[in-house]
Amino acid sequence: MTVAPKREDYDVVVIGAGPAGLAAAATSAEAGLSTLLLDENIGPGGQVFRAISSTPVTERSQLGADYWVGADLVQSLRASSAEVIHRATVWSLDRNLDVAVSIGGASAFVKARRVILATGALERPFPIPGWTLPGVMTAGAAQTMLKSSALVPDGRTVIAGQGPLLWLLAAQILRLGGRIDRILDTTGRRNYFAALPHAFAFLTSSYFTKGLSMMREVKAKVQVVSGVTELAGAGDGQLASVNYVAGGKRETIPVDLLLLHQGVVPNVNLAMSADVKHRWDDLQLCWSPVLDASGNSSVAGIAIAGDGAGIGGANAAVVRGRIAARAAVEALTPAAAAKLPAMAMLRADLARAERGRVFLDTLFRPSLQFRIPSGDTIVCRCEEVTAKDVLDSVAIGATGPNQLKAYRRTGMGPCQGRLCGLTVTELMAQARSKSPQEIGYYRLRAPVKPITLAELAAVPKSEDDVKAVVRG
Amino acid sequence: MFRRSEQDKRPQVQIFVDGVAVAARQGDTVSAALLASGQDARRSTAVSGAPRLPYCMMGVCFDCLVTIDGVGNRQGCLVPVAEGMQIEIQKGKREIGR
Repeated sequence: MTVAPKREDYDVVVIGAGPAGLAAAATSAEAGLSTLLLDENIGPGGQVFRAISSTPVTERSQLGADYWVGADLVQSLRASSAEVIHRATVWSLDRNLDVAVSIGGASAFVKARRVILATGALERPFPIPGWTLPGVMTAGAAQTMLKSSALVPDGRTVIAGQGPLLWLLAAQILRLGGRIDRILDTTGRRNYFAALPHAFAFLTSSYFTKGLSMMREVKAKVQVVSGVTELAGAGDGQLASVNYVAGGKRETIPVDLLLLHQGVVPNVNLAMSADVKHRWDDLQLCWSPVLDASGNSSVAGIAIAGDGAGIGGANAAVVRGRIAARAAVEALTPAAAAKLPAMAMLRADLARAERGRVFLDTLFRPSLQFRIPSGDTIVCRCEEVTAKDVLDSVAIGATGPNQLKAYRRTGMGPCQGRLCGLTVTELMAQARSKSPQEIGYYRLRAPVKPITLAELAAVPKSEDDVKAVVRG
Repeated sequence: MFRRSEQDKRPQVQIFVDGVAVAARQGDTVSAALLASGQDARRSTAVSGAPRLPYCMMGVCFDCLVTIDGVGNRQGCLVPVAEGMQIEIQKGKREIGR
């Protein structure tokens, strides 16, 4: 398991073995480029195809046909010459395309001619009162346990939020015999009207029929409360109840497990630390990298594929992976690109895969009250900083997320802003009457995942490296 | 909070949680095994000592931090269980030398 990379140099280094990374690495290796795929998880699949090679869920229909697509991607990768290392945490990437990776507690360094970032998405923060209590988890967390360990909720369970994943998870839990007491749908009423102009593309996309039948399947078995406008978890050291308002009516129900979900957002940490330019996406309400049609970023040699390039879903991620890999092949060995599917064809595939996305983004755009908390609600889970703390800091002069670090240490804990960054940006933007773009984001730097000083100290050093830091 | 589906036929792996034997399954992450065990697996935070359980299960939130085989601050959701593994629920921050 703890195998270091075989070489020091690769044509292409792909980071992340989800749909985009699997497709990119297989494509690049098939074209004859030396390819290294680094992935943090135990096995391939990323989140959407989590545990695709090892899941104990043997009833294939329970996970759905869309899940098993991942098996073909893994097979193509394994048939290729790509070198794959799991449980490998990339902690640094820079403009020179030097990659630092921690494997089994030791760091290795490789140099790439091209890097394809396929670090995917993470769930949007859902900062409601009580969201740090034991018993509150993301919907994705429950799905991870379901796929990789066939674990299902068996206590009093509530799923709250909105978006396609919420319905998929609910259906999967029910199929595996798990328990769901209630679904609290937070989709804003106004979103339905806003989404209407985009309905045609959605109705004629693959999402529509699948989504509809899944919602029917779930609604036949679980009480669904729509129009939820307020939500809070409560309990003393452990979640005990969920309090919500729907249609102006407040209700409190005893609960053991609350699963939250309001969409996914690009995981930007590694790309931002490599200085890749990002912009605020006002529809998806997140930072997305600025990319050309082949996924190339503002840093020469670094491309981004998959949901890390802007949320597009698994099918789009696969195609974006192929596009980014083809572009790398074109740049490094143009002759070999002729063997790959034509770029025009791939772009047509992408357009098809992205069809209906704007409708979903508009319909499931999370409401302000679930993105921008107030009072004692925790914003930064690591450093335990509340919304009031942030606003107090703004009042005495904190101008943006980076100044706020000095005031409150937000974003300086181990998660490095992944769970608070968007909230801090939006909260400060609102407090200062600025746009999120103007307020900006944390300045991210390597190491993007914590490593020990001992590991850093054990890194091989040249005489020049030592001279640069040792006095005398 | 969670139970195992009956179709799960993976072999058992014995781990120890604060010295108590727990039956996990091959391929479980430490965090999944803890959540399935029914034991109180709440860690406490380094800042205020507040109790926490894993939140994201995908390597992002660091609320799964746990001491594994004597090494503190490991992300339990990224580490697979192994026979005889010694897990300690981490209370507060990592101690020097562990």
